[in-house]
Amino acid sequence: MNLIVLLKMVPDTVEELNVASDGKSLDSEYLRFKLNDPDEHALEEALLLKERVGGKVTVVALDAPEVDDVLFMALAKGADRAVKIPADQASLGTVATARMFATFLASGGGQITPDTLVLPGSQAIDDLEGEVAAYLGEALSLPYVGVVSSVSPVNGKVVVLKEFSGGMRGEYEVTLPAVLGIQSAEKPPRYVPVAKVRAVMKSAKIETADIAPPELAKALVVERMYKPEAAGRAQMLEGTPEDIAARIAGLLTERGII
Amino acid sequence: MDPIRISVYGLPGVGVLWFLTLVAFGVFGWRAWQLIGLLRRGRHENRFDQIGRRTWHAVKNVLLQPRIFGEQSIGLAHFLTFWGFMVYATCFNWALLRGLFPMLPIPYPDEVKVAVLFLEVFSVLVLVSLAAALARRLFYAPPHLHLSFDANFILALIALLMLTMLFGSAFRNVAEGSRGTAWAPFGSLLAPAFAGLTPVTARAWATAMWWLHMIIVLGFFVYLPYSKHLHLLAAPFNVFFSGAVTRPLGDLTVPGAQEDMASGASRWEELTWKQLLSGFSCAECGRCDRACPATASGYPLEPQQIIQKIKTHAMQQGLARTRDASGNGTPKLIGDVITESELWACTTCMACMTRCAVWNEQIPIIVTLRRQLVSQGAVERTVQDMLANLTRYGNSFGKSDRMRARWVQSSGLKIKDARKEPVEYLWFVGDYASYDPRCEEVTRKTARIFAQAGLDFGLLYEAERNAGNDVRRVGEEGLFEMLKEKNLQALAKAQYRAIVTTDPHTFNTLKNEYPWNGNRVPVKHYTEVLDELLQAGRVPLKKKLTGRVTYHDPCYLGRYNGIYDSPRRVLRALGLEIVEMPRTRDRSYCCGAGGGRIWMEDKEKLPERPAENRIREAAALGDVPTFVVACPKDIAMFRDALKTTGTEGRIAVRDIAELVADAMEG
Amino acid sequence: MSAAILVLVEHLKGTLADITFEMLGVGRQIAAAQGGQVHAVLLGKDVNALAARLGAADSVLLADEPNLEQPSAEVIVPLLQQLMAQKQASLVLLGGTNASFGLGGQLSARMKVPFVNFCKGARVEGGSLVLTSQLFGGKILSDVKLADGKGIVSVYPGAFPAEAGRSDKTPPVEKVAVPPGSPKVVFKRFVEPDTSDVDITKQSVLVAVGRGIQSQDNVQLAEELAQSLGGVVCASRPVIDQGWLPLSRQVGKSGMTVKPRLYLAFGISGAPEHWDGMQSSECIISVNTDPKAPIFDGSHYGVVGDAVELIPLLTDRIKAKKG
Repeated sequence: MNLIVLLKMVPDTVEELNVASDGKSLDSEYLRFKLNDPDEHALEEALLLKERVGGKVTVVALDAPEVDDVLFMALAKGADRAVKIPADQASLGTVATARMFATFLASGGGQITPDTLVLPGSQAIDDLEGEVAAYLGEALSLPYVGVVSSVSPVNGKVVVLKEFSGGMRGEYEVTLPAVLGIQSAEKPPRYVPVAKVRAVMKSAKIETADIAPPELAKALVVERMYKPEAAGRAQMLEGTPEDIAARIAGLLTERGII
Repeated sequence: MDPIRISVYGLPGVGVLWFLTLVAFGVFGWRAWQLIGLLRRGRHENRFDQIGRRTWHAVKNVLLQPRIFGEQSIGLAHFLTFWGFMVYATCFNWALLRGLFPMLPIPYPDEVKVAVLFLEVFSVLVLVSLAAALARRLFYAPPHLHLSFDANFILALIALLMLTMLFGSAFRNVAEGSRGTAWAPFGSLLAPAFAGLTPVTARAWATAMWWLHMIIVLGFFVYLPYSKHLHLLAAPFNVFFSGAVTRPLGDLTVPGAQEDMASGASRWEELTWKQLLSGFSCAECGRCDRACPATASGYPLEPQQIIQKIKTHAMQQGLARTRDASGNGTPKLIGDVITESELWACTTCMACMTRCAVWNEQIPIIVTLRRQLVSQGAVERTVQDMLANLTRYGNSFGKSDRMRARWVQSSGLKIKDARKEPVEYLWFVGDYASYDPRCEEVTRKTARIFAQAGLDFGLLYEAERNAGNDVRRVGEEGLFEMLKEKNLQALAKAQYRAIVTTDPHTFNTLKNEYPWNGNRVPVKHYTEVLDELLQAGRVPLKKKLTGRVTYHDPCYLGRYNGIYDSPRRVLRALGLEIVEMPRTRDRSYCCGAGGGRIWMEDKEKLPERPAENRIREAAALGDVPTFVVACPKDIAMFRDALKTTGTEGRIAVRDIAELVADAMEG
Repeated sequence: MSAAILVLVEHLKGTLADITFEMLGVGRQIAAAQGGQVHAVLLGKDVNALAARLGAADSVLLADEPNLEQPSAEVIVPLLQQLMAQKQASLVLLGGTNASFGLGGQLSARMKVPFVNFCKGARVEGGSLVLTSQLFGGKILSDVKLADGKGIVSVYPGAFPAEAGRSDKTPPVEKVAVPPGSPKVVFKRFVEPDTSDVDITKQSVLVAVGRGIQSQDNVQLAEELAQSLGGVVCASRPVIDQGWLPLSRQVGKSGMTVKPRLYLAFGISGAPEHWDGMQSSECIISVNTDPKAPIFDGSHYGVVGDAVELIPLLTDRIKAKKG
């Protein structure tokens, strides 16, 4: 199978996120980027598929801080090819990012063959105005399913499980080539030791593919960005753990729970 | 009387002796050649530094055997057997030389009175020792002593050697018509039992005993390298090449490595020759197993088995006549021979290695094999998360590096940034003391003590990374290297004269595993600094503390780095009475957190975790309500153990710095 | 300006999802401010009976066909496209749920109208619609304006009151036809969750544990607490992924939606995915070491502290009270 995994960097929420002085964007001073979680799962699912049925895994990302580390990590885990599109992802937004990926794939950079699966992560925490996977399905006129947690090739097609609520999942049969938004891989993403990544950094190369940024006025006008009011409703209980336990027990008694 | 002056079916005795000797030495030599060849297939490791020191170490530990005396039930018996053996070996070679070369103008040892006296006295001492050893094996065997046929067979052979010697002496006594002599006290004692024999018959018996003795020794010589008593031959070398002679115990670097060791060993040939020699040296005595906290808690690990399994596997694979070229059917070193769960159970507490009578090095082997697992990504989920956190954020908590010194904000102190201004002490705080909510308060107290004592100290703030001690012991060598590089870069930007650490694990790796490239500064544990400050009267104590406390020696402070007295002096200076637990100082019992264990999950319910065992030991002291620790991980481990053992109200786990802070409050 | 609003009705196995009423409610609110009609788009297999409960809409556009069971985006998107044109709709409201996931992105790309994701608030300001989105796992809010009032909006579950979208009226039903096509994504069947375990949606007391619980053993501590309260233990996704509890205990977007009388959250930061599944609980008490954890924003009572330390203390207290 020809497996194309699209990787997107998102702000790391472990770091404190602040709003910039214009009040409409994130303050870049303390901003750090990390690989979008579902994208990491998409990579894992691709590697699992490659192990199961053979094929080639290509990872593609736009330029962003620390993205080289992520691409080398993907190669160390077993991806065959890594491509970087030298355009600043952070300034583009989700739709423009998706358009860049679409142009890359349509222009032959990704070579959509009849056995191609395009695997972005299902969604990202900064998807204010779009979703990469859904957009690609539309832009490339390929079948699309999102929130996928399992992919099994059967008779030239794939059978996927899409998550619904309540632990319910729906089984869909999808004709290839297709775009699948991966929510979680069948196994947790594998660990790749640092020494291996470092070795790959020395031996492997990241290809670059120049794609012109799309001429696209931002469709959405951001009026204001702000932090939610902290600790709004909760009444905070304070004291020693013993006091707190007593307070909670008291509350439960008041409410007739015990 | 010359025992070689006999003829066997027309062959002269000397010829028979030559034949037997050549066969025995030939077989022995062949086996030795095989085994050395096996070792040479292991990876290179330089253990030839400081030959003088190594020689002295070997002489001391082989001839005096201090570690054998660590267990009283066998110490003296082994010592006497060893020395009896030495006397016998000397006399045997002497007798053999004389027998092979009849022209030599020397008597046989049994013709020299002093030699006979030595031989007789030692043979009796050895017999008594063997009886003690046998009784220990039969009636009060300690756990994990390997009760093999091999061992009993060897004991029987040694006994037979002693008996042929004694009876030989008795028959000679009869043959020479002597009434007994003080030079051969036991021979003389036995002689009257054979008084009825004619001198000729008695002489024939004496000759028979001599030959029997020689044949047994030669047979022993052949059998030895095929049995567990290979340790007799290998152990002296093993002790000589022991890593601890010339390098710190807490350094996992392989000196003189010629290959990349970061991915460990997937096959036995990828272990170093010294690691393979461990198996040859193991006497199967079980000291390591008896010391191991993982074994005691019912984890699937027995350090002795790690050594033994590698030995058996290497011998089977390395000495097999035909090798299966395809590699199919060859048991895998990790998986078939040694299981993953054995490897992950180790807390790297160093109890096994400091107890081993032949100075084997179990922990480096376990870490070498863990490295292989890590290189394959075969690491349990929780550890993976920790390693990913450490790679990205430099701490195992997965928190932002900018939050590392957040505890400072609420300490009410202004603490210098060692990257911006020079300090005397650079305080390397470590992950747990920086990020764990249970430890933060202790960290603040430590900072206030330092400040009030006028210590000139500073931090690296967000530039500090986990030092990598546990990362390295989990087997993530590449990540250890990365953390080390980042810390060294940060340290290079700071100005300081010494380093003080909170966590003993950090202490160990900074002190012993970081290459200081000639710029080594003193690395101290905070208990050492507290001790110095108190000795110098710099800590403004406002009151004497009273009461009884017990102190838990952290593995990485005590066994690894020999720091036992500083923390005890601190406690005494505060006015506290120290009640020692039965297992104290170098016998201290691990809390179970080391070697990355603190990041791992117990798959099965264990009868008793190490920390619980330790807390019960403290509880059994009776009226000792305070359990003092000097390691942030101990706070986490033992406070948990208080809950699970139901000793919460009776014992409090306190950091030593908290007690100092108590004494500073009016 | 008055323009129609389309609301894509969400239902699973013959039951209307709450999000449907939440969307109808916010649709009504916008329509009240801007004028225009609200149309509920109901498609599926054997769903016409559901139409009667959509009285908050001005009309129900119904497509009920055998091959419309859980249709994929390639069926729904062209239908919505067609209806937008037919009804001159400027706004399409979609559920921000797994079921409707991706439709907005596709429809937006096709219609060249903006898409607003994670919408938690809507107001009309100076004649134009201002929507509030929640980004970065709830850490940042963003107000966006739809320039010409046109847009596709993914409505965050639980952000708007469902009551506002319920009505006893019987709406007019208009049948619509799904554009023909040969689908490349075909629904096969539902894979039911394992039901051998207890049903956490039916419990009145839930003790929930998250990443902050640290280890599987500590889950046991939570079990003891739950027992003392006559409830059961549930968890957020990280704990389930670790395998510490079965999938049937997962609360959140991909797990169960629960509404117990008491929800005790230990070591749960309150990521939106989890918040989705438990926000309607009657009483939420949260314990977390991080004072800035978003869970405190929605809880009734909060404790900044170590869950592992607090749980056994609380268990003891409750046992003592019960005698």
